[in-house]
Amino acid sequence: MNWKIWSLKKSPWVFHVNTGACNNCDIEVVNCLTPKFDVERFGVTLVGSPRHADALLVTGVVTAQAAPRLIQAYQQASKPCVVFAIGACACGTGIFRTGYHVVGPVDKIIKEVDPNAIIAFVPGCPPKPEAMISGIVKMLNAL
Amino acid sequence: MKKKYKLPIIASGPVHPLQEEMEFFQLYVDGETVVDIDVRLSYNHRGIEKISESLQFDQVPFLVSRICGICSASHPLAYVQAVEEIAGITPPERALYVRTIINELERIHSHILWVGLAGHFIGYETVFMWAWKYREPVLDMLEKITGNRNNYGNVKVGGCREDLPEGIDAEINPILDQIEKKMDMLTKAVLDDPILHARLKGVGVLKKEDAVAYAVTGPTARASGIPIDVRRDDPYAAYDLVDWNVCVQKEGDVFAKAVVRLLETFESIKMVRKAMAKLPKGPIAVEVKEIPPGEAIGHAEAPRGETFHYVRSEGGNTPARHKARAPSYVNVPSFKASCIGEKISDVLITLAAVDPCYSCTERVGVVERHTNRVIFDFDKLLQLSREKTEKIRKGI
Repeated sequence: MNWKIWSLKKSPWVFHVNTGACNNCDIEVVNCLTPKFDVERFGVTLVGSPRHADALLVTGVVTAQAAPRLIQAYQQASKPCVVFAIGACACGTGIFRTGYHVVGPVDKIIKEVDPNAIIAFVPGCPPKPEAMISGIVKMLNAL
Repeated sequence: MKKKYKLPIIASGPVHPLQEEMEFFQLYVDGETVVDIDVRLSYNHRGIEKISESLQFDQVPFLVSRICGICSASHPLAYVQAVEEIAGITPPERALYVRTIINELERIHSHILWVGLAGHFIGYETVFMWAWKYREPVLDMLEKITGNRNNYGNVKVGGCREDLPEGIDAEINPILDQIEKKMDMLTKAVLDDPILHARLKGVGVLKKEDAVAYAVTGPTARASGIPIDVRRDDPYAAYDLVDWNVCVQKEGDVFAKAVVRLLETFESIKMVRKAMAKLPKGPIAVEVKEIPPGEAIGHAEAPRGETFHYVRSEGGNTPARHKARAPSYVNVPSFKASCIGEKISDVLITLAAVDPCYSCTERVGVVERHTNRVIFDFDKLLQLSREKTEKIRKGI
């Protein structure tokens, strides 16, 4: 195992990017950190800058105005970096598919700048905190 | 206005420390004092009104519940009321009660969420963790009633999609008692705390004249001494069938906004109890044949203020025009009145005080316009905010 991957799996720090979500997924992300679910037990913590992050939690469809900011956040994150597309919108634009201001799901935008990006999908509207934790665990085991 | 461009700017956003949506604030500062503020929006613009014109009347509630995840019961309710007015439908009484119960449970969890985040941003992590812990039973209750923790999708034109599950009245009252007890403790802890008094009183004051001029709604207006509440002024659902009070405070500062929200939580708990007790038997929906041509408005009191929907039908399957106005849209410009003259460390909590849909994504930088040099980032601001709390704590 690559030592970079080994250190990433040990205690993944996450940065949360909202690219046009309805707040639901974001609230559930914060819910994961609060006493009932408390993922900090496992070393997962929310950081304030993509430069400190091992994983990006991206919620929401990518709107035209948010796409450059998402790309910037991804490029700033130290590699290897796992991108979690959280929620139906981030996974496949969901109900906003036909919106004129929607440029696409998260994987499409990220793959444009980095074809080898590691992307995990956590579907649901919004995914329950249990689903998010399960998604993170599955992804880390698959690395 | 030329002069303000020579002042240093704090660029806050668009991947934002406080709000869920990407929003971009530019604070023009003179030393530590904010002298002007610019707000730039539409990072989160998804074209919902246009998408709505391509969906059928029955599908739109699912779309509008995704305008805002926390107000996901109020938006569909406002829309559905507009459509029901066009079609001349009166939903059965039981449906009105079910709508009231879901809306009030939503208000309880939204207000507790705000109290928690407000605590987080002034560096009072205990309040944050407490509040979010006490909010969980409400979400469990909503999951039991509607099948989802957020995005309930329980409202449809003509009534409700699902009835309350059997035996829920036996379960809901103990949970409400439990929440009330915990909230009582939290409210006393928050409202009697000398640190919070020193930190929040007199901060971010929105005067009554300003509140009227910016046409703010919801708890933001009620904290500035304007007793408006759609639930009382134009009753919908079952709000005229249960007793409750409008909570008003005069001061207009952040503390008053916290008090209004905390007191409203108790009113909401009371309302859910009364609605459960008075819940009539009968059908929960009437059949809707077609929506005739016409136009109507519907409004509902979301946790953040009045949400307003306008729908025009031309007799087809889909709305010909659908306009939605969310409460934050009118509350956000009031920063222009409340933030000016504040210290930088107080701006965070002032921005947070109108509860403009939150996010925990963090990036703020103080950028000098002519050099583009970043002086502060969000962590620095947060640190400033927390240091002030610490200083006050020591002084007391």
